[in-house]
Amino acid sequence: MTVGMEWLAIAPPVVGLFTGILCLFFWDKLCTQRILQLLGAMAHFGFSFALVIAVDAHGPLVARMGGWAAPFGIVYVADLFSALLLLVTSILWFAIALYNFKGGIDKARERFAYHPLAAFLIFGVSGAFVTGDIFHLYVCFEILLMASFVLMVLGNEKEQLSGALKYLVINLISSLFFLTAVGLLYAQVGTLNFADLSVKLSSFDVLPPSLTMVAHLLLVAFGVKAGLFPLFYWLPASYHNPPIPVIALFAGLLTKVGLYSLIRVFTFIFPHSGTSTFHWIWWLSVLTMIVGVIGAVSKMSIRRILSVHIISQVGYVTLGLALKSPVAIAAAIYYMVHNMFAKTNLFLISGVVESESGTDYLKKTGGLFKSHLWLSVLFLVSALGLAGIPPLSGFFAKLFLVKAAIAQDELWSVAAALGVSVFTLFSMIKIWNYAFWKNPPADGVSDAEAKKAIQPSFAISIFTPQMISVTLLAGFVLGMGVFAGPLWELSLKAANGLTDTKAYVDAVLPYQGEIYR
Amino acid sequence: MEAWIVIVVAVLMALGFYLLMQRSISRIVLGLLVLSNAANMVIFTSPGLLRAKAPLIAGESLAGFPHADPLPQALILTAIVIGMGVLAFALGLVFKIKKILDIEDVDEMRQE
Repeated sequence: MTVGMEWLAIAPPVVGLFTGILCLFFWDKLCTQRILQLLGAMAHFGFSFALVIAVDAHGPLVARMGGWAAPFGIVYVADLFSALLLLVTSILWFAIALYNFKGGIDKARERFAYHPLAAFLIFGVSGAFVTGDIFHLYVCFEILLMASFVLMVLGNEKEQLSGALKYLVINLISSLFFLTAVGLLYAQVGTLNFADLSVKLSSFDVLPPSLTMVAHLLLVAFGVKAGLFPLFYWLPASYHNPPIPVIALFAGLLTKVGLYSLIRVFTFIFPHSGTSTFHWIWWLSVLTMIVGVIGAVSKMSIRRILSVHIISQVGYVTLGLALKSPVAIAAAIYYMVHNMFAKTNLFLISGVVESESGTDYLKKTGGLFKSHLWLSVLFLVSALGLAGIPPLSGFFAKLFLVKAAIAQDELWSVAAALGVSVFTLFSMIKIWNYAFWKNPPADGVSDAEAKKAIQPSFAISIFTPQMISVTLLAGFVLGMGVFAGPLWELSLKAANGLTDTKAYVDAVLPYQGEIYR
Repeated sequence: MEAWIVIVVAVLMALGFYLLMQRSISRIVLGLLVLSNAANMVIFTSPGLLRAKAPLIAGESLAGFPHADPLPQALILTAIVIGMGVLAFALGLVFKIKKILDIEDVDEMRQE
């Protein structure tokens, strides 16, 4: 089946790796590095797009490293879920590279390896999406964590450093939980390959306690990375400190890798880990949604509102996982894709707001609607998209999730999802009212800047790289609403590939029953 | 034999978490070091410990004699290298924090 296409599965992470290495070669030539980023993102997009089409047509693609048969060698497997996320990753990478093309990030940071690090981060993220082996997932996590650690402290500002320490320590603890879980899993099952694990564990009706413990260790490990309820404290402490392109990259990709791993592990390996585990996930999701959004409402700076808000959105995705049915998981996948676009775009827009009004503290901003009409429209599209207003992506994401919950008579889930979205709307409107709608403050420190802001100038034209980048992403937020039907079909297919593992297992272990076992 | 290693792991974990809960930043990093070693020991013990030969095939098949499982050794090697890299970064960060923020106690760190 589709001989000669297997290498596509490994192409996206390799693009990330080589872009990073090439950027290192052009250490002093910042312009070359920026162009390399754009080219790398385009290549990543091309491969991911081809991957989505190939996987949609032929089923999972398996790249066997060194030609070793599956449970013995490392495999990279792209199923539809991975391929979709890779595609979104490439679009976000492109948008952020475009945003940085002209002054999106300060020269000092750029000169000290911002571009190579961003590419290595993409390498780790893409690797985590396509790997077919749980230990290799750990390795990819470490690659992306290492890149994110350095991006987090790049610049050595005081707040960055203290935020980075919390980020580092909590993420390392979660990595060690992950590593311990891998060791315990290997001790009991004797394999680390996803497909093989799924086959070997499917013989259990109910998991034995020792394996349930492994499942819970993994829940904690990925819960920390994703930002689930009691484990998210590192996120508001650290995310608002680095420059905007870095946070946009983190917000779009890092917590989503944790979510990807949660969905992969709990649908694929431990689907039968007892109702108690899924009850846990349900409670954690609902609490995450509520606590995250309340935290966001209480903040007074755009960056902080948006970064605390990430947590609340994570809860929606895991709520889909907790409901467990294919439809609910499809809704979770759709939600994840929507959230990656909307969140990244909101951060990039807040970067433009910051550079235009000199601050992101809401009380000092204002009047942007008068002076920057197009930017306001784009913000409104993304913010209302996030909150879930009808023609936009978030509406359909929430609609699918709520429909899945109603189908299972999970009325409390419905209540939580809808209640939280009201507060989401409230927090987005708060930014809108303060930064765009109200008049800029007449007195205070930023007097000169305030005056500049009221001038109805279109000086910031629509055709700067930054504006094109945010326009592009807002287009995707709108597009996911307009083309919700076909995209929903794709997510449904991806979710079926997760709950019914047969196609995946057959692709990874073709000799199952003959040579092997 | 495994039981002893398990006790060692338990002691290391306890020690690691104790150090993590201290207020001094350098102790927190030491705690991470100890914890990563504990996790490595878990992987080391995972296939069960036995007095056996290395799994190298020279002509004859492996069926006749007990052989060690090579996979966890590859895993542990990777984990040690990664742990070392991350720890080197953590030490660098602690150095920077001491130099720039001039604090040793985590309580002195600005809230939020």
